[in-house]
Amino acid sequence: MEPTSQQETAHSSVLTLHVNGTPHTLTLDHRTTLLDALREQVGLTGAKKGCDHGQCGACTVLVDGRRANSCLLLAAAHNGAHVTTVEGLADGERLHPVQQAFVARDALQCGYCTPGQICSAVGMLAEAAEGHPSYVTPPEHPPGAPAALTAHEIRERMSGNLCRCGAYPNIVDAIGEVAT
Amino acid sequence: MKPFAYFRAESADEAIGAFAGHPRAQYLGGGTNLVDLMKLGVAAPDFLIDVSRLPLDGIDETPDGGLHIGATVRNSDLAAHPAVRTRYAALSQALLSGASGQLRNTATTGGNLLQRTRCTYFQDVSKPCNKREPGTGCPAREGVHRDLAVLGHSAHCVATHPSDMAVALAALDAAVHLHGPQGARTVAVTDFHRLPGDRPDQDTVIRPGELITGVTLPPALPGTRCGYRKARDRASYAFALASVAAVLRVEGGVVRDAALAFGGLAHVPWRARAAEEVLRGAPATEETYARAADAELAAAEPLRDNGFKVPLARNLAISVLAELASRT
Ligand SMILES: Cc1cc2nc3c(=O)[nH]c(=O)nc-3n(C[C@H](O)[C@H](O)[C@H](O)COP(=O)(O)OP(=O)(O)OC[C@H]3O[C@@H](n4cnc5c(N)ncnc54)[C@H](O)[C@@H]3O)c2cc1C
Ligand code: SF4
Ligand code: FES
Ligand code: FES
Repeated sequence: MEPTSQQETAHSSVLTLHVNGTPHTLTLDHRTTLLDALREQVGLTGAKKGCDHGQCGACTVLVDGRRANSCLLLAAAHNGAHVTTVEGLADGERLHPVQQAFVARDALQCGYCTPGQICSAVGMLAEAAEGHPSYVTPPEHPPGAPAALTAHEIRERMSGNLCRCGAYPNIVDAIGEVAT
Repeated sequence: MKPFAYFRAESADEAIGAFAGHPRAQYLGGGTNLVDLMKLGVAAPDFLIDVSRLPLDGIDETPDGGLHIGATVRNSDLAAHPAVRTRYAALSQALLSGASGQLRNTATTGGNLLQRTRCTYFQDVSKPCNKREPGTGCPAREGVHRDLAVLGHSAHCVATHPSDMAVALAALDAAVHLHGPQGARTVAVTDFHRLPGDRPDQDTVIRPGELITGVTLPPALPGTRCGYRKARDRASYAFALASVAAVLRVEGGVVRDAALAFGGLAHVPWRARAAEEVLRGAPATEETYARAADAELAAAEPLRDNGFKVPLARNLAISVLAELASRT
C-alpha cells in the first residue's frame, strides 16, 4: 500500500522507492534528488555525484528499466518507481555480464565513473536490442530492428558518460564484448 | 534551492486547475532543464505541478496522414518511433543529436520546446542578465558570446535557443497545441518561440498557466527527403554551434519543394524563408544551395567572437541539401 498523504507537508512527502527490489518508504523534502535519496537515505553509494547537473553520467541508474541521470530526477516525482543501482545488478555472487566484462577488460582506472558507466551500458544494451537508433545509425536501418553495436555506435550511445581517467578504449571494448 | 510544494497531476485539466492562484507555480516535465535551473537558483518555483505522467504519451496518426505527438512522449521514444524514423527523419536525427541517451529517456516533447538558453550569464545568478532579471543588462553582448546568436538578436539579448528538436519541427511545419485557463489554441512552431526584442525574458508566446498538450506534424509530401545536421565542439553530447534541418523534393534535377531551418544561430529555431525562395524552382546544384544559404545569412550580424558561425551554417546547409538531393 502506498502511504497516505497524512504525514505530508507542503514541502515534503512520504513516498516509496523500490530500490533493487526492496521497497523503501521515506519522508523526503521535495528538493531531494533521487541521487541524494539513494546515497543518503537508502545508504547505497554506488551511484556517484560527479557534476550534479546532468553533464557527466556518474549518477546513472535504471528507473523502471531505463537509464537516467538520478541527479536531475526529483525523488518526489518518482513515488512508486523501481530503481536499479549498480548494487542491484549482480545475481548474488555472480556479477552481471557487463560488470564481468569491465573487470576482464580493465575498463577503469580510478573507478569513479564506473557505476554510472555500467548502469548506462546495461540500459543502452536494452535500448539497442529494442531497436532504438542513435545519431550514427544509418537512416536506412530498418526501424525497430536491433542495432549492430559497432565501436562507433557504442561510443555515440555512451557519450553521456564521461571518464576523467580516459578509460574509454577499454570501456568500449568491454561493452562490445557483451554486445556480441 | 527554495522549498516548494509538489503535486502530480493525472489529467491536463487537473494540471491547469492546480495552477490557478499560484503565480509562481511551474509545470514539471522530465525536469532535465527545470531541476538544473532550480539547483542554480535561476528558477525558484514555489509549487511544482508534475505533468510528466499525464496521459499525453501517445504518438498517433492523424486523419490527414500527419502525426500527433503527445507532450509527455519522451525524446528517446519519439526518435525511435517507426513513423518518425521513416517519414520525419530530420526529427529523429535532431532528437538523437541532442543531449545523451539518459537525458533523452527523461526529457519530454513539451519540456524540450520550453528549455531555456544555455547562455552562461543566464545560468549564473551572480551576473546581470536581461533574460533572467529584466533591466539588468546583457553582459554577453561584449563578453562571452562565442556560442550565441548571429541572427535576430537585439541590444537586450543575444541568446540562442538550444533545442535541436525545435529546429526540425520548424522545418517540418509542426504546430504546438496549448491548453490553458482560457481554453485551447494551436500555434505554428515557427510562431511559438519569439525574438528577444526588448522582452528577452519571454522565450515563447506561451501564457501563464498554459500547458503544452502536444505537437502535430502535417503529412510528409510524397517524394520529399528530410534530414538534420549539427556542428558542435565535440563529436557528441554537446549543444549545437550551428545546425540545419532541411526538407527537399527534387524532380528532374530541379528543386520542387524546400524547407530549411537553422539552429544555434538565433533566439528561435530560424526558419530560412529567403533561402527557400532561392531554392524553389532552381537547379538542384551546390551552386544553388550556396546561393540559398547566402540569401538567408546575408541578414547575419555576428558578434565579436561568433562570426565563424556564418560560414559554418552555410557549409552545413549546402552539405545537408546536397546529401538529400543525392538520395532522391
Ligand atoms: C548536459 C545536457 C546536455 C543537453 N544537450 C542538449 C542538446 O544537445 N540539444 C538539445 O536540444 N537539448 C539538450 N539538452 C536539453 C534537454 O533536451 C532538455 O533539458 C529537455 O528536452 C527538457 O525536457 P524536460 O521534459 O526534462 O523539461 P523540464 O526540465 O521538465 O521543463 C522545461 C520547461 O518546460 C516547462 N514544461 C515542461 N513540460 C511542459 C508542458 N507540457 N507544458 C508547459 N510547460 C512545460 C517547465 O515548466 C520548464 O519551464 C541538454 C541537457 C543537459 C542537462
Ligand atoms: S544574451 Fe540574453 S541570456 Fe545571455 S546575458 Fe544577455 S540577456 Fe542574458
Ligand atoms: S552527477 Fe548526474 S550527470 Fe553528473
Ligand atoms: S575510471 Fe576514473 S573517471 Fe572513469
